[in-house]
Amino acid sequence: MLHLSILLWLPVVVGLLGLAAGRHARLVAVPGSLAILALSVAFLLDFDRDAGGLQRVTSDEWIGALGVDYSLATTGLNVWLLLLTTVGFAFAIVWSATQDRVQDDRPGAYYLLLGIGQTSVLGAFLAQDLLLFVGFFDLMLIPFFFLAIGWGDGERQQRVSAVLKMVVYTLVGSLLMLIAAVAAGVLATPQGGEISFALADIAERGVPEGSQGWIFACFAAAFLVKMPAFPIHGWVRDGYKSMSLPVLAVFSGVLSKVAAYGFIALALPLLPEGVVDLRLVVLVVAVISILYASVVAFTTTDIRLVLAYSSIAQLGFITIGALTLREDGAAGAILHSVNHGLVTLPAMLVVAILAARAGGSEDLRDMGGVAFRAPIFAALFIVVTYALLAMPGSANFAGEFYILRGAWEGVAPGFAIVASLGVVLASVYALRLFIRTTHNRVGPKVDSRELSPSELGLLAVPVLVIVALALQPDVVLRDTDRAAGAAAHAAAIADGRTGVRDEGASATTAAGGATAGGAAGAGTAAGAAGAGGIEIDPTTGLPIDPTTGMPVDPSSGMPVDPTTGAPTDDLPTDGAGR
Amino acid sequence: MSASILAPLAALAKLETPDIDWAGLSPLLALSVGAVAVLLLGLFRARAVREVLVPALSFAVFVASIGLAIWQWDERGSLVGGALALDPLAMIGTIAVGASGAAAALLSIRSLAAREASHGEFHSLLLVTGAGMVLFLSAQNLVSSFLGLELLSIPLYVLAATELRRRRSLESGMKYLIIGSVGSATLLYGYALIFGATGHLDYEAIATAIREDGLSDDALLLGGIAMALVGLAFKASVAPFHQWTPDVYEGAPTSVTAFMATATKVAVLIAIVRLFDVALPGASGTWGPAVAVLAAIAMIVGNVGALGQGSVKRLLAYSSIAQAGYLLVGVVVATQLGAEAMVFYLLAYVVMSFACFAAVVAVEEETGTDDQQAFDGLGRRRPVVAVSLTLGLLGLAGVPATVGFVGKLRLVEAAFDNGYGWLALFLVIGSMISFAYYLRLVARMWLGGGQDAAVAATTADAAGDGEADRDGDADAALVGGGARAERDPDVATDGGDAVVVGGGRGPSTAVLVPGATDVATAIPDEVVPEPSSRPHVPAILVAAASAIAVVGLGVYPDPLMDTVGAVADALPDLF
Repeated sequence: MLHLSILLWLPVVVGLLGLAAGRHARLVAVPGSLAILALSVAFLLDFDRDAGGLQRVTSDEWIGALGVDYSLATTGLNVWLLLLTTVGFAFAIVWSATQDRVQDDRPGAYYLLLGIGQTSVLGAFLAQDLLLFVGFFDLMLIPFFFLAIGWGDGERQQRVSAVLKMVVYTLVGSLLMLIAAVAAGVLATPQGGEISFALADIAERGVPEGSQGWIFACFAAAFLVKMPAFPIHGWVRDGYKSMSLPVLAVFSGVLSKVAAYGFIALALPLLPEGVVDLRLVVLVVAVISILYASVVAFTTTDIRLVLAYSSIAQLGFITIGALTLREDGAAGAILHSVNHGLVTLPAMLVVAILAARAGGSEDLRDMGGVAFRAPIFAALFIVVTYALLAMPGSANFAGEFYILRGAWEGVAPGFAIVASLGVVLASVYALRLFIRTTHNRVGPKVDSRELSPSELGLLAVPVLVIVALALQPDVVLRDTDRAAGAAAHAAAIADGRTGVRDEGASATTAAGGATAGGAAGAGTAAGAAGAGGIEIDPTTGLPIDPTTGMPVDPSSGMPVDPTTGAPTDDLPTDGAGR
Repeated sequence: MSASILAPLAALAKLETPDIDWAGLSPLLALSVGAVAVLLLGLFRARAVREVLVPALSFAVFVASIGLAIWQWDERGSLVGGALALDPLAMIGTIAVGASGAAAALLSIRSLAAREASHGEFHSLLLVTGAGMVLFLSAQNLVSSFLGLELLSIPLYVLAATELRRRRSLESGMKYLIIGSVGSATLLYGYALIFGATGHLDYEAIATAIREDGLSDDALLLGGIAMALVGLAFKASVAPFHQWTPDVYEGAPTSVTAFMATATKVAVLIAIVRLFDVALPGASGTWGPAVAVLAAIAMIVGNVGALGQGSVKRLLAYSSIAQAGYLLVGVVVATQLGAEAMVFYLLAYVVMSFACFAAVVAVEEETGTDDQQAFDGLGRRRPVVAVSLTLGLLGLAGVPATVGFVGKLRLVEAAFDNGYGWLALFLVIGSMISFAYYLRLVARMWLGGGQDAAVAATTADAAGDGEADRDGDADAALVGGGARAERDPDVATDGGDAVVVGGGRGPSTAVLVPGATDVATAIPDEVVPEPSSRPHVPAILVAAASAIAVVGLGVYPDPLMDTVGAVADALPDLF
């Protein structure tokens, strides 16, 4: 019996059991987190990639008076991110279980908070209702606030202000998104209609074109702060320094991906016009983030901050991919989200291992020569490093390649070239990190020793996963790219791309014409504006050709099977050509 | 002889008296009769009667008024010749007031205020206030509305000053009296002008007059509305008419503050909804923007003001100003959706506030102060209290999975629905600011791990905190606080403050209160609140129950939503 509610709430249930178990909380939390991981694998295996669309749908009314539904589903966009979430939290929980600091200090509450965090991340990925997503997105931060306050690193009083800064920063974005979400739902509701926040309903009804701009701006603000992106990354330094490393591993590796997912799964289909109007701003922000953060990452001497800034840069790539409005870019963004998450987990562990060998210091200047007596550690570390810098052959390379290719065609070649500088810079900071810590002269406080069995186990598992994914990155893309294409296509139409490309095809002329001007379309409903003029098939999310009543693939203009969304003939869809 | 007596009686009998629906009036009657009964019971000399039976009876009366209101839930109509409404809005208000009163009665057990003012009087005043609130919020007539307001205000002035030996308490009572009277007078003048413009006292008749005579631009009427609005804003502590709030909330005994913050707000806001949405919907184009501006100012002033507060009661006072601003959003939009959203948030606010104030009572009982320092390490000392306060504060801030989030969501939706998107933006900006001070207090309770700044601080802290952790001994925590005060200049000011207050409890206060000597003989040793090592069980229970409600209703709000949906019946003229 696979039910998404079980996956969603199991972490909290396990956390509560752990709280009841008191000092033995880890004996509950560790097997619990592994069970949750297994469950998410089951959902992944269960996912039918040929069917596409929403699967395992759970839908109930939650707050009837507000039109908010409790609706969950797996889609091509979220199955892999769900797995990333469960892997990340299982990793953090197992890692925490080896730490005395957690064991000695209210372990039950610690694991409960992690459980709440996991549930809210899973909820944000699974939610098919806009307000449900916003609720989980806002809730996500709260357990991490408590984890940082109660079990964080750094000096106590400073930590309070650091964590508050992080929370307030992030909430500014989240609360703006709350307003934007309510506005989207209310404005999309036709006069006298029943208000609904279901993603499918809002996409179908269409948010009025005039409001899409500011609504998208609010969404983008929330997502960019969360990621974070360059001008609004002020909380990163303090936030990263005040969290303990296992918590930071999930925070950096998993939570930021919700923002990337939000761009693809919410902003693109719901606000196509807003995306088209404003995406250039966000793209420029993303490129600046990549360049700026990469430069900071290879000048800072704090290894934790190297990872912090590297994640800003990597999320810049993911943002670009999400906003290329192309299937390959968006699918690449999802793949790269998974990759970056998987790299962050062992990377944080590496920080802890290095600090343990350098007398507790996390400063590069105190490091050096750790590999001297620790060859196994060095070997595992180099794999992590290669993945971090997106070495060809790693899955990260595949992800960045797809993103850059999408940017080349979907934005501008010059744009992709500038962004690709980030790949070069990544190798600078990643290799610098590796060389300065493991090679060079033995640092002043360094006591080189091999990994303990628990460290080895913890580090080896994610490294093996990275290697496995490097061999077969296609498993992610195969599940993802159909959904990514569907998510991007409304915006692609709004961008007028299909009309330009396939002017000959009669089916597309109607769709393309309708989008280009809003008034030109022959078959559009009277008074409807822009993308709102095109009927969208609710099951596949594809536009419906007004002349035939059949859904059309926006990139090819060919009619598609309305149940699956697959093309009815064998023409390959543009952009999926691998 | 008999004829001379009977003649006036016969004349009286001929008078046409309004038909009274005793059942509909029963919640109000219960509170009034209860007030008298409690007063009489308090005259018994036995300590057990005064200290146990009196609060118990007061609690029972409040609960009874809730029960009677539920019993009358399905009734619709009006009472006493149209003076009072009998509708879901009145019933919800009665239930909320009853719940606040019951909780306040529990919180006042063992409180200094009840002992100093003597238990019978204290609880009797509480019940009279409750009756006044019920009268005020069900009034649909200008005269009965003003009557209700006075009935609720005057006992509150006294209640605020019931800690007779504390200068702050007396000061707060005095301040409340003066400013409250100005508010009442303004309101009365406003009512008079409204009556002058329309020629009616009855809300429905006023609405009809405005509609039919086209009075929505009438200067007299608008002047009346403006003054009534100002008067009500004083009572609801909406900025810029809020200056009394922090001082009064801080100075009044905490159980009274809790009652004031919740029940008064319920009564005043429901009265506002009734006045503006029943009597004056015709002029909503004029008062809508004015109320909107007031709401926006209140949200900003309240939230910014709360940022720098050392006393948790003051912090909650400023927060309540902001919350009043949020609540007004539901009034501004002048739709049924807005009124429902407002009432929903009002109930949520009551629950969340009680989670906070009950926790403050519990902490005050053990440390003798409501300063933020007293909350350091509360998570280890008293986990239940700390969790309740945390949930209450997170609810007030509007974190998802609390009832505050659902309430704010509903207000935002109502605002957008009627074109007040900018006001929703203010609401959200206010919430952002509020996170800074709510979470700072939360962080104090749960701070742990990491290293400490100075070694000296670490050892002293560890000694203070450690003892407090192990046996929950408040004295140890106080010692810790004292030790910190010496090190930290910031804290030293607070410590100095406390000394001044301590001095103020001496003989000089006795001069201020003529009757104080009598009380002093009755309770000789209890001038200064002694920190007690016993936990305040009723307060902890109230806090825990409220916290459970905060989360429970946040995750599953539908029952409360449905209940609030009935409010629409009371406001048939709105969309």
